[in-house]
Amino acid sequence: MSCQSQPERAPLLAAYAALVYAFLYFPIVVLIVYSFSSSVGGFPPHGWTLHWYRDLFGDSDLWASVLNSLIVAIFAVIIALGLGLPAALALDRAQFPGKALFRRLVLLPLILPGIITGLSLLMLFAGVGLRLSLVTITLGHGTALISVATTEIFAGLQKLDRSQEEASLDLGANYFRTFWRITLPSLRVSLIAAGLLIFTLSLDEIAVSFFLIGRENTLPLEIWSRLRQGMTPEINAISTLILLFSIATILIWHRLRTRSAPEEAPKEEPAAVFTSTIEGKTA
Amino acid sequence: MYSRAYKAAVTIPPLVWVVAFLLIPYTTLFCYSFWSVSASQTVVHNWNLQNYVKLVHDPIYVTVLLRSMMIAACVMTCALLLGYPLAYYLSFYATKRKDLLYQLVIIPLWASYLVRGYAWKTILGTDGVLNGLLQFLHITHRPVEFLLYSPFAVILTLTHIYTPFAFLPIYASLEHVPRNLVEASHDLGASPWATFRRVVLPLSLPGAIAGATFAFVLTFGDFLAPLLVGGNSGIMIANIVASDFGAAFQWPIGAAISLCMLLLVVTILFSTERLERRLKLS
Amino acid sequence: MNTPLAQAAASARPPAQEPLLSIRVVEKRFGRRMVLRGISLNVAPGEFLTILGESGSGKTTLLRLIAGFEQLDRGEIWMGAERLDHLPAYRRQVNTVFQSYAIFPHLTVFENVAYGLRAKGAPQDEIPSRVNQALAMVKMEEFAQSSPSRLSGGQQQRVALARALVNRPRVLLLDEPLSALDANLRRQMQIELKSLQREVGITFLFVTHDQEEAMALSDRIALLREGVLEQIGSPREIYGHPVTAYAAQFIGQTNLLRAEVRDGIAQAGAIVWRSFGPPGLMMFSLRPECIRVVPPHALRLTPDVSVARFRGSIRNQTFGGAMDLLEIDCCNSQIIRARIPDPGPVNGEVEFEFEAKDATRVRETGPEN
Repeated sequence: MSCQSQPERAPLLAAYAALVYAFLYFPIVVLIVYSFSSSVGGFPPHGWTLHWYRDLFGDSDLWASVLNSLIVAIFAVIIALGLGLPAALALDRAQFPGKALFRRLVLLPLILPGIITGLSLLMLFAGVGLRLSLVTITLGHGTALISVATTEIFAGLQKLDRSQEEASLDLGANYFRTFWRITLPSLRVSLIAAGLLIFTLSLDEIAVSFFLIGRENTLPLEIWSRLRQGMTPEINAISTLILLFSIATILIWHRLRTRSAPEEAPKEEPAAVFTSTIEGKTA
Repeated sequence: MYSRAYKAAVTIPPLVWVVAFLLIPYTTLFCYSFWSVSASQTVVHNWNLQNYVKLVHDPIYVTVLLRSMMIAACVMTCALLLGYPLAYYLSFYATKRKDLLYQLVIIPLWASYLVRGYAWKTILGTDGVLNGLLQFLHITHRPVEFLLYSPFAVILTLTHIYTPFAFLPIYASLEHVPRNLVEASHDLGASPWATFRRVVLPLSLPGAIAGATFAFVLTFGDFLAPLLVGGNSGIMIANIVASDFGAAFQWPIGAAISLCMLLLVVTILFSTERLERRLKLS
Repeated sequence: MNTPLAQAAASARPPAQEPLLSIRVVEKRFGRRMVLRGISLNVAPGEFLTILGESGSGKTTLLRLIAGFEQLDRGEIWMGAERLDHLPAYRRQVNTVFQSYAIFPHLTVFENVAYGLRAKGAPQDEIPSRVNQALAMVKMEEFAQSSPSRLSGGQQQRVALARALVNRPRVLLLDEPLSALDANLRRQMQIELKSLQREVGITFLFVTHDQEEAMALSDRIALLREGVLEQIGSPREIYGHPVTAYAAQFIGQTNLLRAEVRDGIAQAGAIVWRSFGPPGLMMFSLRPECIRVVPPHALRLTPDVSVARFRGSIRNQTFGGAMDLLEIDCCNSQIIRARIPDPGPVNGEVEFEFEAKDATRVRETGPEN
């Protein structure tokens, strides 16, 4: 007896599902198609051209902002992992006063509208007199994304066989050696997956960055300022490229996660469910 | 098992950072909401409730707040209407290509918010794709105006962006409905619709609530979509905050609005969390 | 060494021999639950001691305290002349074989076994020979370069054993290492473990809930119940002379008879036997194999009731190979279980007997009451 309990297909439901997919992909397809068309808007698109892409490659300001974004993203990953790893360990293993508050505080930037986190940090930097720049943006990203790292690594810790760490101690390795040789290797997948996720989120981040920006732009903010000036199909081209890059990254991330363990029950609070799958950092 | 030094080493660095970059900033925000701005554009630390009073009395704030909640409710409803049946189809009917279809839902999530917002802008504009299509098909003869720069555009755009968010927890909870319960229901003679209504739906309610919550809360705090496609009539509460902190230099009142948003969001999250927990236990 | 006295003397261990491990009035609680209530125990060098108990008895907690994964609340643990419980786990000369084996999946079998040697800074040139020697002891030499994910449960367990033994610990702790194996493999490993222990001469501290396993392997058994040491002694001693009703029931099968003792006679319903000792209401333990069917032409009983006789009807008879298990209904509505070798089908009312000395007086509650 098979486990499939619905013997018939459900054609109406399937059609509805197809419509939903169409809705989800329609703007994306439009974007891609129009990045190759020499017409600006309107329907149908006509003229096949790569000249938007050529314009793109000559646009040095844009590439400067891409570089900025990459630098910010890398440091954001370092900060978020560097603090998310001990945070996850602390939540898993230590008892201290204010632990519940700490846990909620760490998750807060994820749940709150990014604008609030951005503004709060702006007030902090203004208060201590720190000039707005890529540094402040990096600090903002790092702070906001710690929770992504913490959640991902915490989930990885749950899968860890605690007796392996005990075995290592039992055999004479001290805490540092045990962490370095036993704990860290088994967290490898979680760390890489978290790193990828944070990197991609940082590249796309606008809400927090909006208020922390100095003279140099990150890519989303550069695109944003151009949008204010008017639409050019060049934006279609860069958007398509961003899209392709994001898709590649998320496919790698997904493969990593499902390879390490089969789909399992997200058993923590909704915020953790939210982040333990995918989270698009938006406004 | 872990020594005190170990526990201290893992607890202290993140704790210090969180206090410095989260607790103190949020507290600063809290304090600012009770201060005001002097005529010479400096912040005066005179603790008072003026900002909050202004929020309640000035019709602009109330209007925009209500509009934001309305938009959030619409997006939440649409996201549920789109996301739930999709999740149901994937979970119960799509046996062969389930994994691929699942990834296909997730991919738009990664297409970058700005990119997707911009895409809708091109589609909905007066010489955008949709108008072009409608004219091409001779459904209309002139560009339709209300598509862009309206609450409708904001709702449409945000539904597009947040439906995958709503989908994820719904799908997760549907996957967790034990299939043998569904089989038992059929065995006892219930039709697929009755089985859905009496077995699957109640069990998937926590996931649906989570999805609805995300869609609502995320929409409520959004400020980019209104700027892209909302125009003047589509301004949401977060935009007012943004401008208060921008050229307007009205930090205290911006802080007050932020605090109200924060309270609202936290209340919603707290209550839905309790609701979910109660549903899971029963 | 068959008399009870000689056995008792042997299991008490003459004071001239220093205990290797001394557990002194150890208490441990988790939250509000007292898991260990003042346990005291001495482990002699070179012995195979089993800590036996049900789940919740505290046996695993005791092991973890010795290994160093938990901190005790009160009491002391000494190894030789040094205080053990003040040392962190990685400085104790104690190694553990875990129930889940806890083999490091990202290291080869060789590296797993070498782990402890490397951690303690053993000379590089010694490591390969010591590792291979340990692997040979558990018959896993050919798997030295394998990845643990390719090994079966039994093989992983041997690697875990080698990994622990290669460090030459003073005490080896084994936390229900055989519970995940199927019955045949389990029996085989029991034999191997026992001979291994004799061969290396290391003190083994073995935790299990399986009383048959305990009896097969141990020099001594420490029976734990709800955090208290119920009884400690050799298997033969505990089986033959259980101190409490719990000990009598946990190890092997028994009949518990509540009898009124007066003037040297114990009476439980219609069953009467000679019993020296204080008068009053007492509990007695009678092993099923001590009961015999009275042969048809038996002599009459001597008046001193050194042999007790009773009649009963058979309620149930279960074939058991060499011995049948009979459930006898005697008139005081008590079911007596007897193991009778090869009786053939038994019907109707039959007369049974047992020797009075086989009815052991037991305490009803644990030592702490």
